[in-house]
Amino acid sequence: MLRYALSRLTSLAISLAVASVVIFLVVEVAPGDPASYMLGINAQPDTLAALRSELGLDVPKITRYFNWVTGMLAGDFGMSYTYRTPVSQMISDRLWVSLPLALYALGLAVLIAFPAGVLAAARRGKTSDISVMAATQLGIALPNFWFAMLLVLFFAINLRWFSAGGFPGWSYFPSAIKALTLPAVALALPQAAILTRVLRSALLDTLHEDYIRTARAKGLTRRQTLWRHALRNALIPVLTIIGLQFSFLLAGAIIIEQVFYLPGLGRLVFQSISQRDLIVVESVVMLLVFAVILVNFLVDLAYAAVDPRLRSRA
Amino acid sequence: MRLSLALGATLTSLFVGAALLSFIWTPYGITGVNIAARLHSPDMSNLLGTDHFGRDLLSMIMVGARTSIAVALIAVGLGMGLGVPLGLTAAARAGGWLDEIVMRGNDLIFAFPSLVIAILITAVFGPGAVNAIIAIGIFNIPVFARLTRGGALSLWQRDFILAARVAGKSAARISVEHILPNLANLLIVQGTIQFSLGILAEAGLSYVGLGAQPPIPSWGRMLADAQTMVAIAPHVAVIPGMAIVLMVLGLNLLGDGLRDALDPRLRGRKP
Repeated sequence: MLRYALSRLTSLAISLAVASVVIFLVVEVAPGDPASYMLGINAQPDTLAALRSELGLDVPKITRYFNWVTGMLAGDFGMSYTYRTPVSQMISDRLWVSLPLALYALGLAVLIAFPAGVLAAARRGKTSDISVMAATQLGIALPNFWFAMLLVLFFAINLRWFSAGGFPGWSYFPSAIKALTLPAVALALPQAAILTRVLRSALLDTLHEDYIRTARAKGLTRRQTLWRHALRNALIPVLTIIGLQFSFLLAGAIIIEQVFYLPGLGRLVFQSISQRDLIVVESVVMLLVFAVILVNFLVDLAYAAVDPRLRSRA
Repeated sequence: MRLSLALGATLTSLFVGAALLSFIWTPYGITGVNIAARLHSPDMSNLLGTDHFGRDLLSMIMVGARTSIAVALIAVGLGMGLGVPLGLTAAARAGGWLDEIVMRGNDLIFAFPSLVIAILITAVFGPGAVNAIIAIGIFNIPVFARLTRGGALSLWQRDFILAARVAGKSAARISVEHILPNLANLLIVQGTIQFSLGILAEAGLSYVGLGAQPPIPSWGRMLADAQTMVAIAPHVAVIPGMAIVLMVLGLNLLGDGLRDALDPRLRGRKP
């Protein structure tokens, strides 16, 4: 188990290192100098030079890369070019909107997908299976931001149950959850459709195994076999997809935030892009990539916990 | 299932046909502004109604289909064009350094949240259809590379490949003449799926303003414009979204249907 964890940890570190180089390079080749953008077209050359050195833009690229990376490791993401506030503070404010939103959506997706997937697999070929599968086809084709607009139209404008957008902050706890509900549903439904399909086919695969026949032969009912034996073994592919979906949800949250005017990471990124606040863009993207790689690492560890066969394999 | 193939092919050809038709004819022009006719609900003169500039929505949807299909199709082409040769080479030299690089590179791209990087690319290099194509296309490369490598690896173990090697054919010739044709079905099916994902990704990018720029209509852009008017004219928001759903649904059904039709082993089996 330890060897397995160590090998996964090494690949986590390599992925992060390569990702940081790629992100830095992509942002570095971007046209436009943040200093001249901030000072406007009438800036004097000496003011420009002074600002460039203040922002740390005058040192060689390789030094800047190492400053950026070592800073991040210490939790210091640098200063925003535009607002002159620490990037880490800007991010942490926004993260407490985006992260709960993604987790809320993931929770909803799992809550919808598990019963639906088990039902479809248990009643394979019957009407309930066919209707679940038809619904998932529709769910997969649904662009989440459009679904979000329909939710606003129906639940906010017509029924007036929810507000159409905005976020009151976590100090107003019940209303904060309420404000995240429509966005979370919009994010969750297409993901739930994918998860349902994966769970159904994973269950159908395990139902062919010999140990299922043994379980039935020793007198367990179909339902008992399904819940005690098939579901546990079907969890591996399902866990992979849940891990992958977390990255879709974080990225999807960026677009959904635009629909609901939520002050999350997505709005921060778009704002920073239009202001050429590259250090913020770099840091947010790096943080998102870090989150995804970390989640995949945790999923790998969860495999080993679920499936003892994987522990011995490095 | 024959039904999904028929339904998918119908929906897909409907949109492709509309996109092609839009090159020579649309019910109305898409650049003219007619404020007097703005936000009309669907009726006999404008089958799908009009938008906030009084433009005919049916015409916009037809030209928008062109944008969506072009971006998604070229992105899939890019992914296949680079991914398939990479996968073939990696499989031909399985275990070699090239194989290692291709597979690690794939893992890395898979680790990135694709939409975030698409946003980064279009944001840094400027919004526009070409950058949207590149952003979507990059994520198609590992999909096709992995699929091709996996399929090719198992084919390399087969007797007819051994025969070709004994006959003195080079690895490159075997890859092109024997491996690739045997992977065609797999690639066509995956291509259809990636195509539908590309349509969704293009819609998302143009919704946040990073796709094709006005005055070129795109479905995502139409939805973004409609967002502030959803309370007074819901059809402006509902119709472009329906177009996206039907197009993606059509492609997914087509992909499912093709997989069943092309793979004789799946024929007659229950879904």
